[in-house]
Amino acid sequence: MSQVTRVAGKAAPGLDRTVEPAGRTRRRGYLIGAVCVVLCTVMLLPLIASLLASVKPTAEAAATPPTYLPDAVSLDSYQRLWNYQQGLPTYLFNSFGTALLTIAFTLLLTVPAAYALARFPVPAKELVFVVLLLALIVPYQALLTPMFLTFAKVGLTNSLTGLAIVHTAIQLPFSVYVLRNSFAAVPRELEEAAIVDGANSYQTLRKVFLPGAFPAVVTVALFAFIMSWNEFLGALVMMSNGSKFTLPLVLAAARTETSLGGTDWGMLQAGITISIVPCVAVYLLLQRYYVSGLMSGAVK
Amino acid sequence: MYRGWRRRWLGLLYLSPALLFVLAFTVLPLAQMGWMSLHNWSLITPPTWVGLDNYTRALHDHQFWVSFGFTLKYTLIITPILIVGGYLLALLTSGNSPLRRVTRTVLFTPVVIGLGVSSLLWYWLFSTDFGLINALLQDTGVISEPVVWLGVDADRSTYAIIVSVVWKVIGFGMVLFIGAIQAIPTEVTEASVVDGAGFWQRVGRIILPLTLRTVLLVTLLSVVGSLLAFDQFYIMTAGQPQNQTSTSVFFVYLNSFPYLKLGYGAALSMVLALTILAFTVVQLLLTRRSHG
Repeated sequence: MSQVTRVAGKAAPGLDRTVEPAGRTRRRGYLIGAVCVVLCTVMLLPLIASLLASVKPTAEAAATPPTYLPDAVSLDSYQRLWNYQQGLPTYLFNSFGTALLTIAFTLLLTVPAAYALARFPVPAKELVFVVLLLALIVPYQALLTPMFLTFAKVGLTNSLTGLAIVHTAIQLPFSVYVLRNSFAAVPRELEEAAIVDGANSYQTLRKVFLPGAFPAVVTVALFAFIMSWNEFLGALVMMSNGSKFTLPLVLAAARTETSLGGTDWGMLQAGITISIVPCVAVYLLLQRYYVSGLMSGAVK
Repeated sequence: MYRGWRRRWLGLLYLSPALLFVLAFTVLPLAQMGWMSLHNWSLITPPTWVGLDNYTRALHDHQFWVSFGFTLKYTLIITPILIVGGYLLALLTSGNSPLRRVTRTVLFTPVVIGLGVSSLLWYWLFSTDFGLINALLQDTGVISEPVVWLGVDADRSTYAIIVSVVWKVIGFGMVLFIGAIQAIPTEVTEASVVDGAGFWQRVGRIILPLTLRTVLLVTLLSVVGSLLAFDQFYIMTAGQPQNQTSTSVFFVYLNSFPYLKLGYGAALSMVLALTILAFTVVQLLLTRRSHG
């Protein structure tokens, strides 16, 4: 976690410092600035292009060759997306529903587990920890075939709960790992003070550990949201009924289904824009939590 | 003593929901996968025992090797781009001037976008008649006729997809590299500045060796991620032409779901899981060694 605070604040060690003449250093500064501006432009162009294409009037969105900037602004594409097949609200509901269930399942399972791993003398603790992290070395892509079979038998295919279970299984190891480390970093004195005050273990978890490790809880929820919102293959396997499609599924289907009569590019761009906005918004708002999660989760 | 036992049981109680979940949705499917892979298994007819037939069938399946080879090739091309590119970007933006911080945020933004959605976005950008990339190349005189990027020529499709994936994930490695570079103690780099080392000398002699562990880690993550590639190929080429761009996961998907050859799909999944495991173990051993 210590690197994270540096990312946010402290200057990088000596990368800018040189013993070269001032003129050369300044020229290099301009060069670096120019490279940064070019990079930002290149990275943002696809997103801007998609956003602009989504507000082109219907005819212009299907024009060959395409226009760079819209001649007129229109929300026609969004309107068509709103009414596409089951309607955009259904797909938004499915995507948000699955993501919220994934967050709920992940937190309900991993908060107590991480608490036990951080603070309880559980027998064979190392083994338990390894079992919980098993999914890190077994790719979920390989597990989808047997999971599909079981889920089909118990009615969990074409179900938001079923898909949320798949997403929780994907997200569980990372979450346990991040939360365990954060709970372990909560000072023992705080825990002991709560016990002296007569708090039982559940009250200690709620009053001491959850507030103490709040950033980690936000990080875990944030990663669960972004993963579930974006996940494609699991949704593709589990959802065959169009009314249960999540946003990425319906957009991928829209690309192939309408391709005979010509893809509705304007509508596709509207859908892409709507899919991107929630992720980028939560990322920009909670950037600190995201980057710290990345660091603590990846640097094993 | 009584308290100790009580805390053990309490700990197990807190652990049990997560443990049961992992047993039900990771360990059990794993065992099931092994069991299914030894059967001829479809949803319509009852499963029949076939022993290792599914595995020998895979070895003689031309498409299995095409998919495996293609996935390997894709991984070998994209990983160096992501690692070297990500590291250069990290060197460029690890300082904390406002411009660098903004650049960092911008470079990382595509990482939080879904791979499926970004693939759809690039599917449009690379579209022959409606895509901005052909329009831009034609207007700047680089090409005279629209290029068919996706689904007709396997190599051209792969390069187009690599461009899109690099755009999407290069910021991931970059952020981890920045973390590692910023964790280098200031005194170390300052000493080298005093010694008169130039920028690239410092990178080669100090920064790179001290961040080697992170480089290996990101390489592992990138290799595993690329070996499991699916979304971008499903969306941008659908495996075309002639399944030449169908990756290993794509091949598993095709057999398990549209074809419902679940036993064969399970055997292929097993091979996939073991391949990933082998790569992970090799890479972890390398990481450990480099760490002393």
